[in-house]
Amino acid sequence: MLASELEQPEITITESEMAPTADIQEAVDEPDRILPAIEFRDVHLSFDDKKILNGVSFTVRRGETKIILGRSGGGKSTTIRLVLGLLKPDSGQILIDGEDITHYTEEEMMRVRQKIGMVFQEGALFDSLSVYENVAYRLIEQGVDAETTEKEVRRMLRFVDLEDAIDKMPSELSGGMRRRVGIARALVGDPTIVMFDEPTAGLDPPTARTICELAIKLRDLEDVSSIFVTHEMNNLEYLSSEYATVNEDGEVVYEMEGEKICLINTEVLMLRDGQVIFSGKDEQLRKTEDQYIRKFIRGK
Amino acid sequence: MNPLKLFLFELQEISFLIWRAFVGLSRKPRYWGETVRQMDLIGVGSLPIVLLTGFFTGGVLILQTFPTLQYYSIQNEAGRSVATSLVRELGPVLTALMVSGRIGSAISAELGSMVVSQQIDAMRALGTDPTKKLVSPRLLALIFMLPLLTVAADIFGIIGGAVVATSLFNQDLNVFITSVRNGITTEDLVGGIIKPLFFGLIIGSIACFKGLSTTGGTVGVGRSTTSAVVLSSIVVIIFDFFLSKAIASILDIGHI
Repeated sequence: MLASELEQPEITITESEMAPTADIQEAVDEPDRILPAIEFRDVHLSFDDKKILNGVSFTVRRGETKIILGRSGGGKSTTIRLVLGLLKPDSGQILIDGEDITHYTEEEMMRVRQKIGMVFQEGALFDSLSVYENVAYRLIEQGVDAETTEKEVRRMLRFVDLEDAIDKMPSELSGGMRRRVGIARALVGDPTIVMFDEPTAGLDPPTARTICELAIKLRDLEDVSSIFVTHEMNNLEYLSSEYATVNEDGEVVYEMEGEKICLINTEVLMLRDGQVIFSGKDEQLRKTEDQYIRKFIRGK
Repeated sequence: MNPLKLFLFELQEISFLIWRAFVGLSRKPRYWGETVRQMDLIGVGSLPIVLLTGFFTGGVLILQTFPTLQYYSIQNEAGRSVATSLVRELGPVLTALMVSGRIGSAISAELGSMVVSQQIDAMRALGTDPTKKLVSPRLLALIFMLPLLTVAADIFGIIGGAVVATSLFNQDLNVFITSVRNGITTEDLVGGIIKPLFFGLIIGSIACFKGLSTTGGTVGVGRSTTSAVVLSSIVVIIFDFFLSKAIASILDIGHI
């Protein structure tokens, strides 16, 4: 969702003016949109004596990307594992599309996971399966017929620009290609929520940029809600300052937010020792006086 | 965690895993294709080592016992001694130990690698229950294939004994075969097939549990693989004692 879609593009709108108008308009058009896609309410989690999350609360609206920043071991990846129900919190509530999943059993979570896609740090592709079988995995498990499966797999591989690799095995792919196949696999079945767990870690800058572009495309063109866990400032820069749109030739192009457009669908959440120390827009993050955050942003 | 607590905790987790694996079989989707693939891997794949082990064990049994039997002039009973030992004890136990080394380690390493590379998490995230997809087929395949492998090991053990008795001790083959036929009872055969059913369950559940509870990266995979083989081998031998006693009582074999 872009501000330009909701207001006259000629008018310059500040972020604070924009947000309430957009929310009201959304609520009128689609009442369900007012419900957050993901909501954490005072979530606590400890492993043995170590506190991993200590009272974490936040919401991810529909079509919004929440970038979770923080040092390694700060609870970033744990947060998205909680969303998927791969871990259970000690206390607090986790809601997906308004549904409290906190105490769901593994079987109940299987239904919820159908609408969530997950991109793992190293791709987590199944080594014994080809690219086609990896991407088709969810559909094969659901018993979808072969023709529909192939059509869907090709559509997803085209989305990540990897249709040529359809018959390859994961061992034949580069790190970046593995991540992109992981994204294609996560997007099969058109999930409305996608989790990115440090998808650019260890990748060269152009490949990392490609991964970020895919996340932007999902956010702006597919209306997907997502959590993007990272500790790389480049990712933050791309995701919070660029948007995807389709030009007159039907091609997807990426443009910088500027005078005319202000992105309201991307927010930053920063974790430190399992606690939220910042939540807001990237501009606010850069202006903060907090020494820890300044050091994190500048690296010194 | 102290060792007793750890033991009880692992016992509880293994029991839950077995329960979930069998309960999972009653619900769709069922992975029959994967089960057949595992049967091929476990059964056909282990056949050469099991046959070799059986053949040479039968041979060495005759090699060691024949002179003693000859001393007491009861060498005509050599076939009975080798057949009874193999069918009741050595066949099931040796086959289980060989399969534990070959298959238990492979299962543990495979599942452990999947855990450390987040493939198990990916499977769960994609809406698949790893217990149903990975554990149930392996357990079923082991429970089904181990008795068949044991029968094959028994047969090759008796053949090995016959080869040694006839070639090294010049015993008439008919005497050997008659002795074998007189020595083995139906109860021996039934007992010898019941044991591997339990051994298959023990090897499969320990290997799957150790694999799925792997932590600590590639070093952890090595650790789980080693502990899966060691633990399942020890449990097979301990369980064999109690199972032998139970089978002897139930089937009224009466020699133990």
